[in-house]
Amino acid sequence: MKQHRTARIIASILFVGMLAAPLLIKWEAARRGGAKSQLDAQTALARHGFYFQEVSHAAGVNFVHQAPTLDPQLAPIMPQVASMGASVSIVDYDRDGWPDIYVTNSGEGSKNALYHNLHDGTFKDVAEEMGIADVNQPGTGVSMGAVWGDYDNDGFEDLLLIKWGRPELYHNDGGHGFTRVTKQAGLPPWVNANTALWFDYDGDGLLDFFIGGYYAEDVDLWHLKTTQIMPDSFEYAKNGGRKYLFHNLGNGKFEEVSAQAGINSRRWALASAAADLRGTGHPDLFIANDYGVSELYFNDGKQFHDVSAQTGVGFSPKSGMNAAFGDIFNDGRYAVYVSNISEDGVLIQGNNLWIPKEGTAGEGLRFENLARDLGVELGGWSFGAQFGDLNNDGTLDLYLTNGYVSLDRERSYWYDFSKIAGGNSIIIVDAKNWPAMEGRSLSGYEQKRVWSNDGAGKFINVAQAVGVTDTYDGRAVALVDLWNRGVLDAVVANQKGPLLIYKNTVTPENKWIEFALEGTASNRSAIGAQVTLYWNGQRQKQEVSGGSGFAAQNDRRLHFGLGKDPHLEKAVIRWPSGKIQTLDHPAVNETLKIKEPA
Amino acid sequence: MSAQGTARPARPADAAAWKRWLSLDNRYIAPIFITCILVGGHLSFGMLESYQKTALAIVASIATDLILGRIFFGKWPNVASAYITGISVGILVRSPAFWPYVLCSVISITSKYVLRVKGRHIWNPSNFGISAILFLAPETVATLSIQWGNYLLPMMVIWALGSVIIWRLRRFHITGIYVVSFIAFAFLRSYITGSPWQSEIAPLTGPMYQLFIFFMITDPKTTVRSKKGQCIVVFLVAFAEFLLRLHQVVYAPFYALFLVGPAAMLVEMWLDSRRAPAAGMGASASATASSA
Repeated sequence: MKQHRTARIIASILFVGMLAAPLLIKWEAARRGGAKSQLDAQTALARHGFYFQEVSHAAGVNFVHQAPTLDPQLAPIMPQVASMGASVSIVDYDRDGWPDIYVTNSGEGSKNALYHNLHDGTFKDVAEEMGIADVNQPGTGVSMGAVWGDYDNDGFEDLLLIKWGRPELYHNDGGHGFTRVTKQAGLPPWVNANTALWFDYDGDGLLDFFIGGYYAEDVDLWHLKTTQIMPDSFEYAKNGGRKYLFHNLGNGKFEEVSAQAGINSRRWALASAAADLRGTGHPDLFIANDYGVSELYFNDGKQFHDVSAQTGVGFSPKSGMNAAFGDIFNDGRYAVYVSNISEDGVLIQGNNLWIPKEGTAGEGLRFENLARDLGVELGGWSFGAQFGDLNNDGTLDLYLTNGYVSLDRERSYWYDFSKIAGGNSIIIVDAKNWPAMEGRSLSGYEQKRVWSNDGAGKFINVAQAVGVTDTYDGRAVALVDLWNRGVLDAVVANQKGPLLIYKNTVTPENKWIEFALEGTASNRSAIGAQVTLYWNGQRQKQEVSGGSGFAAQNDRRLHFGLGKDPHLEKAVIRWPSGKIQTLDHPAVNETLKIKEPA
Repeated sequence: MSAQGTARPARPADAAAWKRWLSLDNRYIAPIFITCILVGGHLSFGMLESYQKTALAIVASIATDLILGRIFFGKWPNVASAYITGISVGILVRSPAFWPYVLCSVISITSKYVLRVKGRHIWNPSNFGISAILFLAPETVATLSIQWGNYLLPMMVIWALGSVIIWRLRRFHITGIYVVSFIAFAFLRSYITGSPWQSEIAPLTGPMYQLFIFFMITDPKTTVRSKKGQCIVVFLVAFAEFLLRLHQVVYAPFYALFLVGPAAMLVEMWLDSRRAPAAGMGASASATASSA
């Protein structure tokens, strides 16, 4: 009896301890979670190697994104339906060697902006005079994103504009203006798209492009025939928009070949990115889908093969909103970062950091999600993210923006959202069944994440410490060396918010090198070209991208941080044509302009 | 949730084959059913967060039950109940971390041994564990809400199978009263809040509720004994949930059962304790009268 009582007392004490355990874990996580308070510039520089200053106004950029006003039947939930469209892409449209910024707007009749870099720290909006501002006219839909690629290899980047509406292709006329070539190119009349990218999937030296539909293409969000337009499942929806793969025929025309090429998904695509994951010379395609699993297609140069399930990335359904590649371990292999939703007490999806499994490669490539282990799992309602070496220490860091709908700070829509999201498809699919938002926030006013890679397998959030303190509803992030200083600045597009330019200052002890590539046999944008840099006994691989993150495109120039006292052994460039070019002992702190050798 | 082990035995062995299967031993019907849900859901929709996490929850639950059962009662317990608890935790808990699965299972089972009144545990183990972990670790844990794909067919299959099994276990009235009450309160909430009634009904059509109404609220060990009492209690659970939902509590059903279930058990024990002396006195008086 006494023994029984003793056992009960011990079990009770353990029981109380177990109930206290989550609180202790939370306390420890908060303690190790990184710097929470803002540091002064010098302290941030000394501690983290970099700091940001938000300089948009000083740079002459006063862009504020406007959201669309859709069909009145959607009015009760308008804030969450009309919650995308802020995008940013980097392009040197006039080939002056200085990156410019293109941003989309989404109000009916609102104008997009092309900020021309004036080389003195300021920008001037030239979209109007270039003919690519007034692209959101009623009846044509509104902008959702833009990506740049030189489809005719004339040396000037052309503009592919995606919308909830009529997609547009604009030819860059020598940096002096743009001509709409949508009809000649053969683009479809209406696509509700949120992601697109340029890539040369078949290696013919001509850029092709991919467009991922979100809402079905027969839905005109301004004139609804039915309110049954929502996903038919929160995690398994397959009633989204179709996918398009446009093969470049070389005469200014494109042929839609998605079905022949093996891409037939109707999931709700929000982000896509392409990179050669297996060393085949062909870019593989990753699609992050909302309301479902991600998709990965291996590309054999002609056909795409859905390997989502076998590689592991297509198993656990979440709310994918970002796709970005990065060689985070400096081992020549790309990880993929997919952002999802995490809201305390309601929904903890966690973001995914898909890392290639040890010992797998080629057709046998497998991924495992190590976001939690590496510390990049929880980022609120996460949207756009990009890898880049923000402090030039030789390892890739991660910039993530987030926040969905910021309205009333005191009232949350989450309860109603969780209620409807768990319902049967016949309920969830109909917008009129969704409770009205009535000015409530849904994961609003969130703090951003800037995860610094410590080079030892952990990422530490230093956003507040290095000056990223905004709480706008972030959508797209692009990393770019805006003023050719050898550092990566961050440009952030916010939904119904200002375009932010975070100017980076990096400790001068850390060196860098950049590569500005131009294809000859390959596509002239060099999209798909890989540079593997070998220094100090390590190597890092980067690839020129035709679009990555969420509704974003980084600077096409590849930026490598090198840390202190770097000894560069070589840079190996693998061009999309298959040519291999080796540069021995390239100089540090320089931007190397490399043209593909004949 | 715990095994329906104390339900009355079903029909004798000469019944039809499917009835014989159902009446083999009621203790194993619930584990088999919930395993079918798990396997079916995972194969069709990839329902589980991961095999490892679910296995971890099951192993932790069974191991805890074996250890505590041996310590407290000096014998190895039947692990059917612990299996259901573990598998329920594995299905319902959604967390990117591993530790919540272990902790939730261990808390659930330990509550069965620690939180006892007059020899009876008063909280449904997995209801206690899941409520505790949701309340204490909201930044790490959520529960399953949509893993059946929001589609009609799987829902209908589970409802049909679950209803048959619960009926065979003679506890369908609990599920039935709860569903009717929930629907009535859903319309009342819709009237009060102005939300579409479909959105108020929506949670009931999700998979979380299928587990809740077939396994949690029907647990014989933690429900009152009389049929009338069970009906009243489950109505009160639905009412408490109604009040919590009006205050926008996301996990209202778990918390409602957490609050109402033990209270009902305590009331029943109190009533039993009052009846017992009275019954004793009556018997004594009767005996006296007889003697006289």
